[in-house]
Amino acid sequence: MLNRRIFLRNAGLAMVGVGTAPLWLQRALYAADGSRKKILVAIFQRGAADGLNIVVPHGERHYYDMRPTIAIPRPSGADRENCAIDLDGFFGLHPALAPLKPVFDAQHLAIVHAAGSPDPTRSHFDAQDFMESGTPGLKVTGDGWLNRSLVPETSGVSPVRAVAMGAALPRVLHGRNNAVAIENLNSFQVRNDSASKVFQAMYADSSDSVLSGTGRETFDAVKLLQSIEKQPYHVGAEYPRGRFGDSLQQIAHLIKSDVGVEVAFADISGWDHHVNEVAQQPTQGQLAQRLAEFGQSLAAFWNDLGDRMADVALVTMSEFGRTARENGNRGTDHGHANVMFVMGGDVRGGKVYGDWPGLANEQLYEGRDLALTTDFRSVLGELVQTHLGNRDLRSVFPGFSSKSFRGLIKA
Amino acid sequence: MRRGAYYALAAVVLFAAGLSLYAKKTPSPFSIALSRDQKIVHALNRLTFGPRPGDFDDVKKMGLKKWIEVQLHPDRIAENPLLEEKLAPLDTLRMTPMELARNYPPPQLIKAMVEGKIPYPRDPDERMMVERAARRFKNKQGQNGDEAPTLENAGLTEDQQRILRRGAPPEKLKVFDSLLDEQQDEVLEAMPPGARVGLFSVAPPELRRKIQKSAGPQAVITQDLAEAKLLRAIYSNRQLGEVLTDFWYNHFNVFLDKGADRYLVTSYERDVIRPHVLGKFKDLLLATAESPAMLFYLDNFQSVSPNAMQMAARRNPQARPARGLNENYARELMELHTLGVDGGYTQRDVTEVARCFTGWSIRAPREGATFEFRERLHDNGPKMVLGYNIPPGGGIQDGLKVLDILAHHRSTARFISKKLAMRFVADNPPPSLMDKMAQTFLRKDGDLRAVMETMFNAPEFWSEGAYRAKLKSPLEMVASSVRALGAEVNFTFPLSQQLVQLGQPLYRKQEPTGYTNAGAEWVNSAALLARMNFAVALAANRIPGVKVDASRFHDTEDTNQIARELMLTDLSDQARAAIETGLQAKADNNSGPADSAARGRGARVPPAQQVPKPLVIAGLMLGSPDFQRR
Repeated sequence: MLNRRIFLRNAGLAMVGVGTAPLWLQRALYAADGSRKKILVAIFQRGAADGLNIVVPHGERHYYDMRPTIAIPRPSGADRENCAIDLDGFFGLHPALAPLKPVFDAQHLAIVHAAGSPDPTRSHFDAQDFMESGTPGLKVTGDGWLNRSLVPETSGVSPVRAVAMGAALPRVLHGRNNAVAIENLNSFQVRNDSASKVFQAMYADSSDSVLSGTGRETFDAVKLLQSIEKQPYHVGAEYPRGRFGDSLQQIAHLIKSDVGVEVAFADISGWDHHVNEVAQQPTQGQLAQRLAEFGQSLAAFWNDLGDRMADVALVTMSEFGRTARENGNRGTDHGHANVMFVMGGDVRGGKVYGDWPGLANEQLYEGRDLALTTDFRSVLGELVQTHLGNRDLRSVFPGFSSKSFRGLIKA
Repeated sequence: MRRGAYYALAAVVLFAAGLSLYAKKTPSPFSIALSRDQKIVHALNRLTFGPRPGDFDDVKKMGLKKWIEVQLHPDRIAENPLLEEKLAPLDTLRMTPMELARNYPPPQLIKAMVEGKIPYPRDPDERMMVERAARRFKNKQGQNGDEAPTLENAGLTEDQQRILRRGAPPEKLKVFDSLLDEQQDEVLEAMPPGARVGLFSVAPPELRRKIQKSAGPQAVITQDLAEAKLLRAIYSNRQLGEVLTDFWYNHFNVFLDKGADRYLVTSYERDVIRPHVLGKFKDLLLATAESPAMLFYLDNFQSVSPNAMQMAARRNPQARPARGLNENYARELMELHTLGVDGGYTQRDVTEVARCFTGWSIRAPREGATFEFRERLHDNGPKMVLGYNIPPGGGIQDGLKVLDILAHHRSTARFISKKLAMRFVADNPPPSLMDKMAQTFLRKDGDLRAVMETMFNAPEFWSEGAYRAKLKSPLEMVASSVRALGAEVNFTFPLSQQLVQLGQPLYRKQEPTGYTNAGAEWVNSAALLARMNFAVALAANRIPGVKVDASRFHDTEDTNQIARELMLTDLSDQARAAIETGLQAKADNNSGPADSAARGRGARVPPAQQVPKPLVIAGLMLGSPDFQRR
């Protein structure tokens, strides 16, 4: 193994520029680097997911007072499917997240509660923008924290170093480093060879700065991805049907193909549950539906990657949480602090982190929402620094003085 | 000072002066005027979904000013008979929500029909459709309804079954036509969806309608909407009207797939948005506020005063648990519809506005949905909104007062002007232009036609800064490609599907922000690839429902002339060089069908059909960076 790596690296270096090396060789180079790069996968739940019903503070009396019809019942042996799954005697998982319990028990899933953005906005649009730009309160920031988390490199950079699943490149990946939006791995190409060459030349040489940059990145990525599409591939787990499952499956595919992915992003919408968040049973209603897709996909991702998970960390976030009290339509309105999940090989899992502020009236934010005790940037900052190895946090999260981390990652 | 230093200082001072002079001399691109011909191209790019063959000459003949004046009055423009012909079969477009519910019932109504609570529709086709849906419903309930038909038990020969399942579309049609009428309905229901699509692509209009209905009632409504929107963008003579309908629907966005909204968007676009796009903003705003579509989408129809429910609960302790205030609409009303996120409102205002709109509700949301103000659910206490005192006991007037305040607010004038300028001028419009438009908005009581006129009379609009400054949205790219090619469109369903891949599924933006007006946001790898693939397929006649003819280019194979036909401007040198190199390579290789590569990968592609050279060039041009701008 070692000999092969040295051979490949020398062979690669002997060629004039990575661009002329055959694709399989380029791929091998990313893997043969010796030190395997760490990978960060960021997941955004768009719409303000209800953290209080996702990781349930069943030990908190006020929770049940404030949510007479939509609280998730305390863990009980009697009706397992319809009550919270206990995690540590105080917190529990929504029953639809049962697939994640084994990962928690295996100590590779950590949870941070009462986490999120300090900015007071309750506008989805603004709050998502702030969480993606990594500078809450500042609208002028043009790029995103995930793009900034990449250490700038000039040579030997994979064209798919930063990947977003979907038809649009999200703000979180805007920035100086190249990032690619991929709707679907196997259709990521121009289907006509001669046209492909013409387009490539047109976009590469175009004086249209907006289009030519993206054009070039696109074709670099096409070449690389087409090379992995030609290889036989075996999916290592069963993902649920739906867009989110697809996204994670493809990210796993990219990671396992060693094409140099360092950061990846996917989102899942539909969390804005003003109405019918929880129906008559916790297993019904909008939240349960979303959590089923969410939990099953994350668990499948974990199983699919297997050993490879040693290099991967996955983090979830949502722009803000929801009101502590239900709103009278079996739903909740926009709130403040929320819950984040962190999953990975080097994660110190099996624990719910954070300082629980409580849900008594005087403990609420503005008298209505869960108060914030962990800034989302300290969770992300720890991942960027300790997991990815980028110590320059001041440029990743400008304006944020990182206090001590929660200790989510094994150093 | 030493002489050398003196000279050095003088040199620096002169240099700096020279620089500042130079800076003053370099004008902003928004103040450089366009040539006469450029103005016509620009007008066509901005006021329409893209120029069609002959449009340039038509505008030149009429005179640009006159043409714009005409476009600003869509009601006075005779509509394209081709468009009306193509819209005619799409009967859902003309129905009220009540008629939609009766003729294309939602699951709840089907249940009621099955239970005998309401009658089945009278039209035989629709009755058939409902009976099918009813059967599926019964099967789901576990009742042993009639068995679903299959191709095996429909009385077909083995051959016929095979062709219907997997044959080429024209063969499918032949077999289908040969069947008895009674067989046809059963067979349609029995065919797998993929096979149905193949038949659809070659079916005459009546049969297409039948096939659509066999997919289920709800699908017909949503498909008709997307079908019509593309047909209008491509064929309507009232182009500015359609561009504005798209703009304002997007501004007052409603997500089609949210529950009852599936049945409410048809009326919303037709009765609430389109008639008001060139009227007064306050009228448009009120119409959206009262529309069942918006009340449902942003949950206001369920927003009630907690006091009201407490009183009801006291009267009847067995009543349902209290519902409450819902702030969703109040927030988006201010943030997205009027003031803008920096328009100067607070969280307190949001709550107060929500209180004003309690009781604004819908009667029978899934069976005809009309606006209803429910006095008993309204919070009649005093409120304070944006510094205005709203006295108690105002009833429905509270909400009307809020709309009045918002419609006349300075922030609204600025926000609306900015959005319009972003769509029609540039992603970062010059402040001088936005100021002028905002002034008109305030002076003319929100008269949107006047605001548009201010914009079209401004030198900034007719400037280098605006010319080809906008990147096309996916809808604009698709529509302008079809228009530029002068293509004949029989149905737009495959084009709608393309829009999904390009990132803009019609009527399906989930967030209330609607789709962006900033062109640059559409540019990313997946989208670019999808545009290139679409362009090549469209020009090669591989998009079902759309027919392209090389005669469009009058027998020329010259790259420059084709560019001028398609884009009304010259192609950039880089694009031209790339195309010519590519054509040369093709000629040298003597390659066969353009998609041999695709065939090699095992894709199912029709047998060798040489794409005429002008169309090959056109495809490359439509996918070029040049064509992505308008």
